[in-house]
Amino acid sequence: MISQAVPQASIYLPHLAELIRIEPIAEREKVFEFRLKDGKELGHKPGQFVELSIFGIGEAPISLSSSPTKKGSFELAVRNVGNVTNALHNLDIGATVGIRGPFGNGFPVDNLKGKDIVIVAGGIGLFPLRSLINYILDKRSEFGRLIILSGSRTPQERMFVNELEKWHKREDVELLETVDEGDEEWTGHVGVVTTLSSEVHIDPEKIFAVVVGPPVMYKFVVAECHKKGIPDERIIMSLERRMKCGIGKCGHCQINGVYVCQEGPVFTYAEVKKLREAI
Amino acid sequence: MENKIIEKQNMAPFVDNLINAEAEVIGPKRKDGKYAFDKLIETGELCLDYDTTLLPPKMYLFPPKETLIKFELGKEPEVEPVVEAKPLILFGVHPYDIKAIELLDVAFSTTNPDINYLSKREKAVIIGVDCLNPNPNAFCPSLGTATAETGFDLMLTDIGDSYVVAIGSSKGEQLLTKYAETREASQVELAQRNSERQKALARYKVTLNISPEELPQLLDKSWDSPWWKEKSEKCLSCGSCIVVCPTCFCFDVQDDVTLNLKEGERYRQWDGCMLVDFAAVAGGGNFRGDKESRFRHRMYRKGKYIWERYGKLGCVGCGRCASACLAEIASPAETFNRLKEESK
Repeated sequence: MISQAVPQASIYLPHLAELIRIEPIAEREKVFEFRLKDGKELGHKPGQFVELSIFGIGEAPISLSSSPTKKGSFELAVRNVGNVTNALHNLDIGATVGIRGPFGNGFPVDNLKGKDIVIVAGGIGLFPLRSLINYILDKRSEFGRLIILSGSRTPQERMFVNELEKWHKREDVELLETVDEGDEEWTGHVGVVTTLSSEVHIDPEKIFAVVVGPPVMYKFVVAECHKKGIPDERIIMSLERRMKCGIGKCGHCQINGVYVCQEGPVFTYAEVKKLREAI
Repeated sequence: MENKIIEKQNMAPFVDNLINAEAEVIGPKRKDGKYAFDKLIETGELCLDYDTTLLPPKMYLFPPKETLIKFELGKEPEVEPVVEAKPLILFGVHPYDIKAIELLDVAFSTTNPDINYLSKREKAVIIGVDCLNPNPNAFCPSLGTATAETGFDLMLTDIGDSYVVAIGSSKGEQLLTKYAETREASQVELAQRNSERQKALARYKVTLNISPEELPQLLDKSWDSPWWKEKSEKCLSCGSCIVVCPTCFCFDVQDDVTLNLKEGERYRQWDGCMLVDFAAVAGGGNFRGDKESRFRHRMYRKGKYIWERYGKLGCVGCGRCASACLAEIASPAETFNRLKEESK
């Protein structure tokens, strides 16, 4: 009658992880580095997420911000925006949290191999994209051009500034940055992220666009991708939802018939445009 | 399928034997002029001729609130899983609720098997009873859920002086052999069962004007119908429809700590897409922030999404939602019939 036997283990039991490093990156954002207490690797793919537990407060889905090529630990970059993230921001090094996952499909890195890649990051969309960027940089010869377009609201809200500087200096990375509103010290580009498009010249035959940012950004970026001749199947995006279980049961992340925690969070635009209410 | 007969006077001893045996027996009892599943203390409380219950028996397999893990707080927190399951006999379950449990079986065992549900399910015996007095909002015959051929251990049908008992599993057969006085069913009695079932079909007041197989296709072309906005305007977003639904299985997950802040638990509790914050994300966004999109999402789940994902209907036509809805908008039959009209 039941199609599968009763499983041995609970899918709701988190692994314990130790907080080993905290690095502030902006006013409301910090990077938290964790090590699983059982000594195992998390074993994630770029673009996947975990359910992070602060025991007594709750669980929240957080995207992985480090590349799986970095061994021994993993990083979550987190904006302080809710109960769980607020509690996380108040933890000290040495604290124990719970981790379930990794969950979701992740970016299609195998399809990206050998291709040019333009990464479009809006605000903290850079958090999950950093896992992909660092993955590509660690396996640089396996990929074509790497173009990064990064948009922030203000110069103060630029994320991972040190890493942005490092990427700027590399000859094998083409990084263009912009801010929506500049200030007296900002000498760079001003305007939303799509205004960088005119400075980018691509070969539409061999490029993938990987786009993560606030929901409002997607349709403008997709329109720019279309102008450049990038087909829907090669526009990749990661969608934000509040996954409460991470395993395709609780229903919170559902878009039409799709469970974002299972079939996503990474989709091609060809898939997304068939979903109503997706972006 | 083998069939036996239990004479009516032998039914009470059978139930009493079950109550006195090792398992807890849950059955429909009268409650404030309606019916509710509850633990049976004695046979007399059992009402096998009920129309429907306030809440579905799913609550014993997927409780309204259920602990998933327990933890001790402190510098080195300790965490352990919690899986509560005890032998249970669900007595007097209607076919539509059996069909709903069959859907839950698939949903909770597919992809990431859920130990909390499946452990309870494994220990549960389901003794069904045919629904001969359907509630006025039910439309089971239109969905093929008025009778069940699978999903039960035993299935009873009231044929007057006795019950026909269909044996659905060896577990059911053992209970019958051990605790009930039965005899073989005659051809006449089996014909009587058919006739009772046929008569019951005529008592349903709501009919779906479309076959369930056509629902996904109908919904595919109904996304932009004015119906969603028009009908949902009265919605109170109270969630009554999703709370009483036998096929709803969405949930929220929360932590609780004891007053001394030393230990706590993580639990899940029923949640549903008709509640305002269901699709909200951190930072204030809500992907279904208006009544229209929530109303439509629920109907699409019932008629399309669940069917496409699990191969089972997301609605069994029990009519509980229509009975519970104060705004009188919740009946999937009304919506599906209206969309069918529009599509002509």
